[in-house]
Amino acid sequence: MPGPYKETDLTERVEAFLSDLKRGGTGAGPLRGSAETARETTALLRKITAQARWSSAGDLMEIIRKDGRRMTAAQPSETTVGNMIRRVLKIIREEYARFRGSSEEADQESLHKLLTSGGLSEENFRQPFALLKSNVIEAINELLIELEGTTDNIAMQALEHIHSNEVIMTIGRSRTVEAFLKDAARTRKFHVIVAECAPFCQGHEMATNLSKAGIETTVITDAAIFAVMSRVNKVIIGTQTVLANGGLRAINGTHTLALAAKHHSTPLIICAPMFKLSPQFPNEEDTFHKFVSPHEVLPFTEGEILSKVNVHCPVFDYVPPELITLFISNIGGHAPSYIYRLMSELYHPEDHEL
Amino acid sequence: MLNNLILSSSVARLTDGPERKDEIDRAKSEGKDLTKEEKQRLRKEKKQQKKIKEKKDDKASQENEKEKKPVTSAAPASQPPTQPTVQKAPSAVPATAPVSVPASEASVPADKPTKTKAELKAERRARQEAERASKQSKKGETGQQAATSKPKAPPSDLQPVVKRLPEHIQVDNPDVLKKLAKKLERQQIPLRSDYGYKVSLFSHLHQYSRKAPLTQQLSIPSTVIHPAIVRLGLQYSHGIVAGSNARSVALLHAFKQVIRDYTTPQNEELSRDLVNKLKPYISFLNQCRPLSASMGNAIKYIKKEISNIPSNCKEDEAKNKLLNCIESYINEKIILAGVAIAKCAIEKQKISDGDVILVYGCSSLVNHILCKAFEKSRKFRVIVVDSRPRLEGKEALRRLVQKGISCTYVLISAVSYILPEVSKVFLGAHALLANGYVMSRVGTSQIALVAKAFNVPVLVCCETYKFCDRVQTDSFVSNELDDPDDLIVTRKGTTPLEGWENESSLRRLNLVYDVTPPDFVDLVITELGMIPCTSVPVVLRVKNVDQ
Repeated sequence: MPGPYKETDLTERVEAFLSDLKRGGTGAGPLRGSAETARETTALLRKITAQARWSSAGDLMEIIRKDGRRMTAAQPSETTVGNMIRRVLKIIREEYARFRGSSEEADQESLHKLLTSGGLSEENFRQPFALLKSNVIEAINELLIELEGTTDNIAMQALEHIHSNEVIMTIGRSRTVEAFLKDAARTRKFHVIVAECAPFCQGHEMATNLSKAGIETTVITDAAIFAVMSRVNKVIIGTQTVLANGGLRAINGTHTLALAAKHHSTPLIICAPMFKLSPQFPNEEDTFHKFVSPHEVLPFTEGEILSKVNVHCPVFDYVPPELITLFISNIGGHAPSYIYRLMSELYHPEDHEL
Repeated sequence: MLNNLILSSSVARLTDGPERKDEIDRAKSEGKDLTKEEKQRLRKEKKQQKKIKEKKDDKASQENEKEKKPVTSAAPASQPPTQPTVQKAPSAVPATAPVSVPASEASVPADKPTKTKAELKAERRARQEAERASKQSKKGETGQQAATSKPKAPPSDLQPVVKRLPEHIQVDNPDVLKKLAKKLERQQIPLRSDYGYKVSLFSHLHQYSRKAPLTQQLSIPSTVIHPAIVRLGLQYSHGIVAGSNARSVALLHAFKQVIRDYTTPQNEELSRDLVNKLKPYISFLNQCRPLSASMGNAIKYIKKEISNIPSNCKEDEAKNKLLNCIESYINEKIILAGVAIAKCAIEKQKISDGDVILVYGCSSLVNHILCKAFEKSRKFRVIVVDSRPRLEGKEALRRLVQKGISCTYVLISAVSYILPEVSKVFLGAHALLANGYVMSRVGTSQIALVAKAFNVPVLVCCETYKFCDRVQTDSFVSNELDDPDDLIVTRKGTTPLEGWENESSLRRLNLVYDVTPPDFVDLVITELGMIPCTSVPVVLRVKNVDQ
């Protein structure tokens, strides 16, 4: 059993992670990308599995759920944390079910089987298995390897979607899209238009990186998105979260971009790895939007009018699934109507509420 | 007869340029609307203008040759023969006329061979006077009066319109650039050079840098350009005077100053000389910042008024008349139109209690309407949407807050967040095009698009003097490119877009205008009433008939 030394070390790690999350969310955009957050969360969960005191799968799931609730409460907009927790919970359920000798999938598929078998829904995961820990840790390692390869997997599909002499539009900064475009640029010539996305202007960095890779890039202001859209062949963007209905929670300005693309019948392609898929729906008004300091929009130098004016600086936008053409993820391309199916493969329905 | 007119108009559109004269002759012979005398007169004037142009180009190229290379024998030989013929021609003009003209031309900078230019001008002038005198003796005074006061267009205005493409959208054509350079050289205005890498989609437009204003290349004191115009040009190029109405009013005030300081040279007619004086000013202003549609209409109006001044009018009288015309134009078309639009909008309940109104950028007309509505104690609140890099919305915000209107301020990327709260969208316009498209500040079409998606009514407020008969369907063919360095921003100590000289594959695009399709706009409020976007050509036709 892990000694007290290891336990305090673990709690320290968890606390450090929580404070990182809290600090990272305020200010100009994420200090680190979603992929790093996902990796860190998974590594932390592996550590918890290895070092915490638990005897049965149910205990482990309880511990992970408790820590998970704290982590998601620290930064509700960082949904990859919650997603990884749900993935690990699903792993634990699967491993447990394998040990118990019944297959998880079959019970979920058919309503008849659900009624007759009585199955795992009544199970409280109390049976201890000796090898459960090592199996779970191995599965989590596999998950980590999958996470490392997501960007490359997505980038590998670039040549299937980009032909030569195209004009591609993107908004803000997405590491996935950057890798995607750079991969295609190795063999094809095309133009990229980047909308700068005020007030954080992350599009500038994206444009500089792309032009350093030899891609012909143009930076435009957000106001010119509709004006230039008639010359654009494809819109390829990244997102912060993919919601359960196939919609997006993406950086502000994306909804306008999607509407303009729809008006000109330009396909809208989202490059999003699977760890961004979240079982949330977009109707939670108070938790959906996130605001940062209005200083970004109206700086304090405009002193006299500041007190008389309301200033909003939302960070995210909701894009409904009707405006989206295609999702490209590390497991291939899907239509928005298929997202609900992917969700059932990744997460267990009981874990949707942590 | 209508068939003939349609035929003639279609004939005119097929050919262009140098064959203009011929086909206009043909058209005129087919259409029986103009009298024979007037046709003759028009033809003669066109011939003269063509000859003058050819002569000028010849002389300009000759002078260039003189400055650079040893002169060939053929060129100067053509000069002496023309002079004796002019002096021999039976002219009512005294021989002192050529002498007085060089005196006025002495102020021309010394690096040009002034003597030859003055001489050329003198003999051209003398020749013109001779021909005019002979014509007048044929027709008599009244014929000329009738011709100038008669409206040029027949009532059904299907007259052949031969359009010349404006220079500022043909930057990728080297011939056009050469012609422009020649014209500016003639008018002694420096040519402004383009700056930075241009996006290939916009290679047909100019792109200037604000740090290199045109006035740096002017000599002090500038003798060709009136100082009021120099100041105006600088204000335009630095964005100190910005906004369609502000620019037109400033232009008209500057022209008033020019007219006050103007004195007719001897043996010149105010109606023609003043128009010629204004041409270099307009070129200069165009170089500082491309003219807006409203400015274009104002200039057309002034030129028409000037050329309608009768020749027997005394100079003071004529100047007073012109100043009054300009005053009344500003008053009627801009100020009173604004008042009428505000009244229309408020009385017809376009602004009601409890409204949440969204405005974009700083439109003087929309601000005026909102302030008036607030004075009439309507209860509403305003959301001001702004965009980089100009951030004009801050100015609108200040004005509205000063009045006491409760305001919210967001950037254009947050528009889909804020739009569910909005009940109406009020937009200003830079120009209304003849196919119903609204040309306005870049971002307007985006706001109209998102408003349409959320089913929020979009109202455009525009005075009728901004209507123009151009047509355009996208924002590429005719636009303005602003200084691309405006996009550079420093956040947290880093400036990603700096150093554009090293990155040849990185371009920055700073558009100024865009066009909104008419299906996004629900209503246009003008001083003539509330019309749909597609009624713009009807209004233009009505205005043309009135004039």
